[in-house]
Amino acid sequence: MIKLTVNGAERSFDGDPDMPLLWYLRDELGFTGVKFGCGQALCGACTIHVGGSATRACTTPISAAEGQEVLTIEGLSPDGNHPVQVAWRDLNVAQCGYCQCGQIMQAASLLKDTPKPTDADIDEAMSGNICRCGTYPRIRAAIHQAAGQSASTNEGGKL
Amino acid sequence: MIHDAKMMADIAANSSKAPALLDNVSRRATLGGLGALVLALSLRDARADEGQTKEQKEKKYGADGMPHGWQDDPKIFVAIAADGTVTVTNHRSEMGTGVRTSIAFTVADELEADWSKVKVIQAWGDESRFGNQDTDGSRSLRHFFQHFRHAGAAARLMLIQAAAKKWGVPEGEVTAENHVLSHAKSGKKAGYGEFAAAAAELPVPARESVKLKDPKAFRYIGKGKIGLIDNHDITTGNAIYGLDTKLDGMLYAVVARPAVYGGKVKSFDDSATLKIPGVVKTVKIEGGEIPSEFMPLGGIAVVAKNTWAAMKGREALKIVWDDGPNANYDTTAFRKELEAAARQPGKVVRNQGDVDAAMAKAKTKLQAEYFVPHLAQAPMEPPAAVARVKDGFCEAWACTQGPQAANDRLMKRLNLPDDKVKVNVTLLGGGFGRKSKPDYVVEAALCSQAVGGAPVKLTWTREDDLHHGYYHTISVERLEAGLDDKGMPVAWLHRSTAPTIGSIFAPDPKHELPFELGMGLTNLPLNLPNVRLENPEASAHVRIGWFRSVSNIPHAFAIQSFVAELAHAAGKEPLEYLLALIGPDRKIDPNTIGDVWNYGEDPARYPIDTARLKGVIQAAAKGAGWGRKLPKGRGLGVAGHYSFVTYTAVAAEVEVDDRGEVKVHAVDIAVDSGAQVNPERVRSQMEGAVVMGMGLALSSQITFKNGRAEQNNFDGYEVVRIDAAPKDLRVHLLGSGDFNGPLGGVGEPGVPPVAPAIANAVFAATGRRIRQLPIKDQLSS
Repeated sequence: MIKLTVNGAERSFDGDPDMPLLWYLRDELGFTGVKFGCGQALCGACTIHVGGSATRACTTPISAAEGQEVLTIEGLSPDGNHPVQVAWRDLNVAQCGYCQCGQIMQAASLLKDTPKPTDADIDEAMSGNICRCGTYPRIRAAIHQAAGQSASTNEGGKL
Repeated sequence: MIHDAKMMADIAANSSKAPALLDNVSRRATLGGLGALVLALSLRDARADEGQTKEQKEKKYGADGMPHGWQDDPKIFVAIAADGTVTVTNHRSEMGTGVRTSIAFTVADELEADWSKVKVIQAWGDESRFGNQDTDGSRSLRHFFQHFRHAGAAARLMLIQAAAKKWGVPEGEVTAENHVLSHAKSGKKAGYGEFAAAAAELPVPARESVKLKDPKAFRYIGKGKIGLIDNHDITTGNAIYGLDTKLDGMLYAVVARPAVYGGKVKSFDDSATLKIPGVVKTVKIEGGEIPSEFMPLGGIAVVAKNTWAAMKGREALKIVWDDGPNANYDTTAFRKELEAAARQPGKVVRNQGDVDAAMAKAKTKLQAEYFVPHLAQAPMEPPAAVARVKDGFCEAWACTQGPQAANDRLMKRLNLPDDKVKVNVTLLGGGFGRKSKPDYVVEAALCSQAVGGAPVKLTWTREDDLHHGYYHTISVERLEAGLDDKGMPVAWLHRSTAPTIGSIFAPDPKHELPFELGMGLTNLPLNLPNVRLENPEASAHVRIGWFRSVSNIPHAFAIQSFVAELAHAAGKEPLEYLLALIGPDRKIDPNTIGDVWNYGEDPARYPIDTARLKGVIQAAAKGAGWGRKLPKGRGLGVAGHYSFVTYTAVAAEVEVDDRGEVKVHAVDIAVDSGAQVNPERVRSQMEGAVVMGMGLALSSQITFKNGRAEQNNFDGYEVVRIDAAPKDLRVHLLGSGDFNGPLGGVGEPGVPPVAPAIANAVFAATGRRIRQLPIKDQLSS
């Protein structure tokens, strides 16, 4: 029996300990904000926080989360107003939106460790998160905005 | 991403004609979950396009020319509740263009609705009710903007009529403004909700009696001030995509498909699979036909209690395959075949003047061959669907660009009538053309049927997506030109050689279809005295499908690169040369230059306007500071293109370092798509198109060996990541601003000019000419 905390609630699981957290969170618990994109930690769509660190749920077996606190985007903020979420909406970052859960979780992790990131910091932290729609310029701008820095000088999506 | 109506009809003639659409009142008349809405939903007869000859149908343009045309009935699209909440039904799939937002605010604007009281719901697949739903070809707003304006305006008029009747005042004295109905003389006022029920009882006003707003009075249209309607759901993980539907008792499935197109299961052993905890059943899915059309490839499905168990079960399958006729497909060898074909005369698709005579007299002759490989759309959400086939009824929930197409394939495969099939449309985690083909929806339904009706969620893994796709074609474009003593071309010969999308519908067609040729080849708008365009034969060995901007990619890459090569040969400045070659301002009827298609649009309304083409090129170049001195190793390149009746141009600034790596520092993209309904989303589409265009220019390709795709996931199939995205990406919006005039497409046209602009910039930086994509490590030696 594996015990863990997901978005503040205690959970236990007695199935296959090799099951990646991705499928446990999605199929067993219904946290579909954890997205499937590659299954090989190559795209970042499934990014969650485990023990406070950004983690790819698709390659993390549930056994590795024993006793850990797992946070999905559903638990990032009670009202959806984490500064990263607010900035994402403010700049209309999303196109299809599918990868953005993982992008937001990765960005929230970045800002926790590096409150005032440079473009280079952002590129380094975010380069594991693919956006096929190509929203990268706005992701950069939104992270700067969430960090309280001025957003991109480009004409972007600021409304 | 085109479902060209004529093409579909022609090539599907002996294969998959859907049965005549039936209209089932009991099902169609009620929108699930909207019982509280009081503006009753009514049925309107399917548009009366039956009984016309094929020729008559062919003469229809725009939405009129699409299957099931269009619809503008406010009772179909607008519902108003007693509390005033306005619910707009959007029938186009949302895959990132913002169409749910743009269509909703278009209706709201004409309705004079307060945006804070507007909601949007997604239509299920039912074109006889909603009009065409193929969300492809960059035409949602192009085809439906005016119709949604009309629906909103008609609903406003009905509210006015209801208020006037109740108040006993002339209709003309009642105004509707920002969710309030007023009669100035009597001082009467009411909210929309108060008259919603009465308005719903009224007949829909005659189309001619409905007056659209003066665009000057628009609140939302053209302003770019409305945020995405799904923003909160997207940023909190609550947005529901195809992979996210959850039903009670749902099972999960993945499919082992033949690695080679046309392969079949010879035998299989599922004993190890069935021992894996959680695995419920294996299901043989029939398939393997060539052409596959939109149907499954076949294989063995594993149905389980969770996705992980299904995946483990699939790994444990032992399958013996018959690889079929494409077992030797090898893209390296195939490229040579294409090159050989391109070096011989082919089917002439446009012939103007006398190319051979002019070429013989030309002072200088140039030739070049350009290669573009297969590509995978690779939307971040792979294909996925939930289906439940129970009690003779199939209901599906799918991330599909073509819900009617999915509906029709389910009918055909399950042998069910139209009123026993329903396809609900979720959000799409990207589409880019892949999700126009509903093979995965059919797979989900077959699994549900096989397990006795439990709902089944069917997931494609990324490997499935890259191994079993509907790939962008593979092409060799050969160009030859003869220049006069001023360095201008007097003869132009272009042979475009590529397997056609028609190959998924018909057995081994050898030539591109008019809609593929019309994507930048036949409708070449350069001012040339002698032109011959040819299309040598090519066969397909994988499924070929629409990829964002489709055949415009190889055509624009080749032509815009070749023009720059000619400029160099002539010793001319490339931007000036390109503008000179486009020539004087003129409006070209595409029919006169060999393009009978013109993206399905009326050539009189949508001539090719060379002034607009030059306009975007100049705007992009100006934005990039064309002509400025650049540090060593850096270069600027420019390219312009007409596609989806829109004009786009890109100027790119690149740096090539000592190791031959290309860094794109800045991109200026200019777009003229006519009036821009949602300029903020036009901007985002252009930004995204630049990034996607960079990917195919720099790194993305799918190669085949022994009939099998060689790329498995995002390690082998390299797409642009944030560290490669340009630091400066500037979008320049041009356009008429005439909201009563023709609109151009937006979703796709940003892509085609990106690769040639980068290739031209590489040449400016290094003197080395890129003739094959992706660039990858070509510059490292």
